[in-house]
Amino acid sequence: MLHRREFLRDMGQGGILAALLSSGLLTIPKAWAADRNQAAFAARTVEEAFAALGAGTPAASDEITLEAPEIAENGAVVPVNVATSIAGADAIAILVEKNPNALAAVTTIPAGTEAYVSTRVKMQQTSRVIALVRAKGSFFMASKDVKVTLGGCGG
Amino acid sequence: MGNPMRIRAKLDGDVVDAKVLMNHAMETGQRKDASGALVPAHYITKVIASCNGKTVLEADWGPSVSKNPLLGFRFRGAAAGDTLSVTWTDSMNDTRTDEAVIG
Repeated sequence: MLHRREFLRDMGQGGILAALLSSGLLTIPKAWAADRNQAAFAARTVEEAFAALGAGTPAASDEITLEAPEIAENGAVVPVNVATSIAGADAIAILVEKNPNALAAVTTIPAGTEAYVSTRVKMQQTSRVIALVRAKGSFFMASKDVKVTLGGCGG
Repeated sequence: MGNPMRIRAKLDGDVVDAKVLMNHAMETGQRKDASGALVPAHYITKVIASCNGKTVLEADWGPSVSKNPLLGFRFRGAAAGDTLSVTWTDSMNDTRTDEAVIG
């Protein structure tokens, strides 16, 4: 027998959420949501990371500026700057193709913030560095080869 | 609690140019110490920057971000004297928040 109190308790434990989801009042964005995309960060290859991010095969774009050194003497600290003029850009990801896990960083850009991010990454070896940009649900990329003379991931 | 960040936020026209230097080992979990034992992974997983109650930048990081991470970004909608707040959370659930006044 279901008492009123139990019914209310059960509702509180997900009934309301389920009702909102099924009614379409509340939707959970799949990729690049507020929660960390564990699958993308666990991905070994760029292709796996792209798939986990929902990026498929992004189109190369010359509207993305990817600044990284041609030669990095110290793979532990490689400066990477990404900026884009693609309209509606709301996320920028940085990937290092030959690192154990390709995805290094995903930056979410709210309205009012410029589509620009500057950081420093580790590189285990000479590799392609990739900037992935999401704009209005579409994905674009730019890449640059960075030669590493001293790796930054080992001990 | 971690160690303090260094935050610089400078107004240039109507754009705030922010640079944050965090103090964190960013251990990948693949490095070995002097005795040959693996050093456990310990790295910042999330960074959130906010100003005037609004999130101005959010970042998810993996261990490929360098030790003592640098994060540079630019945003609009703030005035000199406003406070920029930056919070990181790491893979061992440690967290730290620091603030800087926009100059």
